[in-house]
Amino acid sequence: MFTLVDLLQPDTIAEAYEVLMEKRNNGILGGCAFLRLGSSRIGTGIELSKLNLDYIIEQDEYIEIGAMTTFRSLETSGVLQEYFNGVISQAVSHIIGVQFRNVVTVGASVYAKYGFSDLITALLALETEVELYKGGRMPLLQFLEQAYEKDLLTRIFIKKSQRRAAYGNLRNSASDFPIVNVAVSCLDQVWRIVAGARPARAKIAVQASAALTAGNHNVDEIAAIAVEELAFGTNARGTAQYRKAVCQVLITRAIQEVLQCK
Amino acid sequence: MKSVGQGIGKIDGMAIATGKPVYTDDLVMANTLIVKILRSPHAFAQITKIDTEKAEKIPGVECILTYKDVPNARFTLAGQSYPEPSPYDRLILDRIVRYVGDEVAIIAAVDEKTALKAMKLIKVSYQVFEPVLDFETAQGHASVVHPEADLHCNFDIGMNQGQNIVSTQKVEVGDVEDEFKKCAFVAEDTYYIQAQAHCMMETYRAFNYLDHTGRLVVVSSTQIPFHVRRHLARALQIPASKIRVIKPRIGGGFGGKQTVVVEIFSALVTLKTGKPAKLIYDRKETFSCTNSRHAMRLQVKVGADTEGYIRAVDIQGLSDTGAYGEHASTVFMVVGQKTLPLYNKTRAVRFMGDVVYTNKMPGGAFRGYGATQGTFALEATINKLAEQLQMDPTQIRLKNLIKEGETSIAYHGKLLGSSSLHRCIEQGKKLIGWDEKYASPVVCGSKVRAVGMAVTMQGSGIAGIDTASAEVRLNDDGNYTLLIGSTDMGTGSDTILGQMAAEILETRMENIIVNAGDTDVSPYDPGSYASSTTYVTGMAVVKAAEELKQKIVEHGAKFLEVPPEYVEFDGEVISTLTSDREISLTKLAELMVLGAGNLQLVGQATYGSPVSPPPFIAGFAEVEVDRDTGKVELIDYVAVVDCGTVVNPKLARIQVEGGIVQGIGLAMYEEVRYGEKGNLETNSFMQYKIPCRKDIGNLQVAFEESFEPTGPFGAKSLGEVVVNTPPPAIAHAIYNAVGVRINSLPITPEKIFMGMIKNK
Amino acid sequence: MQIKVLIDQKPVTLRGNKDEFLADTLRNNGILSIRKGCDTSCCGLCTVWLDGKPVLSCNILSIRANGKAITTIEGVTQEAEAFAQVLVAEGAEQCGFCSPGFIMTVIAMKHELKNPTEAEIIHYLTGNLCRCTGYMGQLRAVKTYLGVQ
Repeated sequence: MFTLVDLLQPDTIAEAYEVLMEKRNNGILGGCAFLRLGSSRIGTGIELSKLNLDYIIEQDEYIEIGAMTTFRSLETSGVLQEYFNGVISQAVSHIIGVQFRNVVTVGASVYAKYGFSDLITALLALETEVELYKGGRMPLLQFLEQAYEKDLLTRIFIKKSQRRAAYGNLRNSASDFPIVNVAVSCLDQVWRIVAGARPARAKIAVQASAALTAGNHNVDEIAAIAVEELAFGTNARGTAQYRKAVCQVLITRAIQEVLQCK
Repeated sequence: MKSVGQGIGKIDGMAIATGKPVYTDDLVMANTLIVKILRSPHAFAQITKIDTEKAEKIPGVECILTYKDVPNARFTLAGQSYPEPSPYDRLILDRIVRYVGDEVAIIAAVDEKTALKAMKLIKVSYQVFEPVLDFETAQGHASVVHPEADLHCNFDIGMNQGQNIVSTQKVEVGDVEDEFKKCAFVAEDTYYIQAQAHCMMETYRAFNYLDHTGRLVVVSSTQIPFHVRRHLARALQIPASKIRVIKPRIGGGFGGKQTVVVEIFSALVTLKTGKPAKLIYDRKETFSCTNSRHAMRLQVKVGADTEGYIRAVDIQGLSDTGAYGEHASTVFMVVGQKTLPLYNKTRAVRFMGDVVYTNKMPGGAFRGYGATQGTFALEATINKLAEQLQMDPTQIRLKNLIKEGETSIAYHGKLLGSSSLHRCIEQGKKLIGWDEKYASPVVCGSKVRAVGMAVTMQGSGIAGIDTASAEVRLNDDGNYTLLIGSTDMGTGSDTILGQMAAEILETRMENIIVNAGDTDVSPYDPGSYASSTTYVTGMAVVKAAEELKQKIVEHGAKFLEVPPEYVEFDGEVISTLTSDREISLTKLAELMVLGAGNLQLVGQATYGSPVSPPPFIAGFAEVEVDRDTGKVELIDYVAVVDCGTVVNPKLARIQVEGGIVQGIGLAMYEEVRYGEKGNLETNSFMQYKIPCRKDIGNLQVAFEESFEPTGPFGAKSLGEVVVNTPPPAIAHAIYNAVGVRINSLPITPEKIFMGMIKNK
Repeated sequence: MQIKVLIDQKPVTLRGNKDEFLADTLRNNGILSIRKGCDTSCCGLCTVWLDGKPVLSCNILSIRANGKAITTIEGVTQEAEAFAQVLVAEGAEQCGFCSPGFIMTVIAMKHELKNPTEAEIIHYLTGNLCRCTGYMGQLRAVKTYLGVQ
């Protein structure tokens, strides 16, 4: 369980960022689900409830999602169910339970770059951008790959389009962490294959995606290329060998699912 | 029957379901001290120095106790009748710590934050020893977990401290080696069952205070109030008469609370400070610092003749009891006791092996109590044998299982009083669709569906040992009080015992006040474990109610001035057979407590059974295995149950469904993992996955009633047997689906997947 | 720290530590229907409604509830008792420790979903663990309560 010396509920994002950067041990309080598992000693905890960041808005070109939007909002959002074959809603729907999803937030999960995250895998298969207060707006991929720098994640943007997508995962118990997860999408014959919980976080299988885009429709072969180029590891939930084998199956199925959808 | 056999709702149901404050932590008085425990970070070590000076100075800290502050007499924490078969190997706080989490210091403060702050300031130095972490290499390990000279055993259970052996057992009838030589078919295998965690929703907790006469009152989430009282007396070195133990509503136990886990620590604080104190274990402590199922390795060999009669069964076991020996020898004994009698065409049977100490959290009592582990190993081997014989697995059971009225060489001439197991198997086959499904697994794309099955037995109370007393009192206003010492942990035992009394007294449940679980008030009862409450306490209730009824008739007749044979009692009125005179029960009750009657009427009985009649279950599983990933979906599970007469069909059904799901958890989802240094990694619901709603598929439960002549209204028991069939039935179904035999639980998708690869 | 909330529609001032979660603050202020079953936000026993939505009170920082409406089982007595009666008739409350959190989730589901299928019911209730009943009796009770086949 973490401890707080002080607690602040700022009225503006600027204020939130300012206090965040004031001391090394000042921290953002997101959903707090993971925070309460550890024993961080936080100086000033910055609570973002007053910043009106809990929204999903359909703009002209993007779906804009505030950082304090809960997973349950993602799951039940009409907009997100309508686009990309509802892949975002599906991806988060397996996580623990409704009450848990009413607590955990988009911003916290994405900022933390969790390896096991189902959401990040799905987002990475779409054209997603994140906005950081200092770092500005950038593609999700760039954010995931850049070195850690303390900042405040405020919004994510998903480009609207006719992109088709599918999500897959393997879990033992239905409310457990995933053993491995995948997301596959396609727009105008350009494919993107993503795998996460490897146990490392979501990554794009670049070569496999390119091969599929180039016209190789031997799905088994594409999936095999994907798992060759991605790295898999062993942890309590599975060995590297098993993860790789299952990932290949999930990618095959996800590609087939996308090929079948409208 | 008007009460027995009815699906009556539990008398405490509405209160507990709507969140009324009736559990231990709801009853705590103001200004109660909070107790926390400092725990060993090492699996095996000796405390060389412990300094509490700084910690004691923190404002709000009331006391800090270490091994220097506690009595030096060893005891056991096991909830068992005295003299306990478990070793007296515990001290309240020991200088030697024997597992990661073992207690080092007791801290009491005005609130939790202060207690935790003080805990951080206690300085402890340890001399760390090489821990014994693998039970398969515990025997003869250089490290001796219990070297102390003052370890005491009430019985010779085969304790050999120097070898880390707690108990060595051997039971043999006939000559197994000889019989195997004659068998045409022999199947054998080795199985591993894990240290399953109870995961009852209410963690361990107790609070205590000194009452108006200076006695220690303990309110605890326990299954064993009388054993708690006895162990507290011994450990704290005060007379048992100075202790009162009360069990309020509790949130589940499953056997975990058949060990005295928290009570001694917080009681000690009250004795030292004079103040009320409470100790609540969080979920992490509940996982890692209490007790679990005994992990075991079982090697089973079964042999059959050419006609398919099973002639020999041999079970060799190794059980891991962890750092302390509660329930060690008895759980192990039950492995053979509740398996070997099943197949009674045998000419030789044997159960043997050892229980060892290791430097891990202790094993304890857990629903099934050895029969669960034994059932998995034996039934999996019988299924393997059936395949060799090319016999339908249900056929081999029907041919070889013991029937009502028969004996078994393991029974030494005693006859089985009741059984409908053969009907259970036939009924189960119908419900799952066995005949259509067994021979032909259905393939659809990458998925294969198949079925499997297993049978099991348990006991009803411990023969010759479990003894319960009950009292029924006729109150001045004509209703009754039923006094019992058994412990309803959610099962509804308070309710069904009330149903039994209501049946005998021919009255409504509303007229019976059930008072249970208070050692100052209740007649003696071992507590609810060993599947004894319905059968043993139930019989005591029946006899007590019958005695009271007899007295009502006698005294009613006296007032009517006729001999007792000339009256009848219908539950409300005592009337002469000629119907010319009558007296109401209400009037009789009123008169009996006044000068006219001069005798408040009470019925009392003590009952213990010389037999432990087994309940039986036939379990059938239908699974769907994804051949590409090894993932298993449970499609259907059928359990057909023989528990004798079903006292309350609604509650009985839930017992079976709940037990099956715990069995499913043991079979497929619950995994116990330790780190290299002996720390339990699976110490939360996040890491240790009990089945959630989506994990279980459909469950079908049916009852095939037999009639047990020695049981109340023909009832046996139900509480434990329900957990035993899923692991072997599911393992069997998976084998039938994809040809992979997994002998170590849990059966995970990866194990199946790797098994399929190996087969290629 | 002090927060002003509506508990079961009554304005209440709650006191607690800054880093305290709502479950502890509620219990410390006498609302004893709140149960804590785990330390990892996994079991659902502590479920309350925050502005009508079912949440884990063990995982809501009390400060986050400031100015909001909290509903516990004490605040939905009629609906809770109606469902509890069905649950008790099934025998499916068993030890009862998970029941209040479960009932809060069931009533929330009733408000949120129209004519749910069995699969939708199971999905909504997945975050409520139970070790006693094996879930089947709870499902029977829910279906009876919702008038679903």
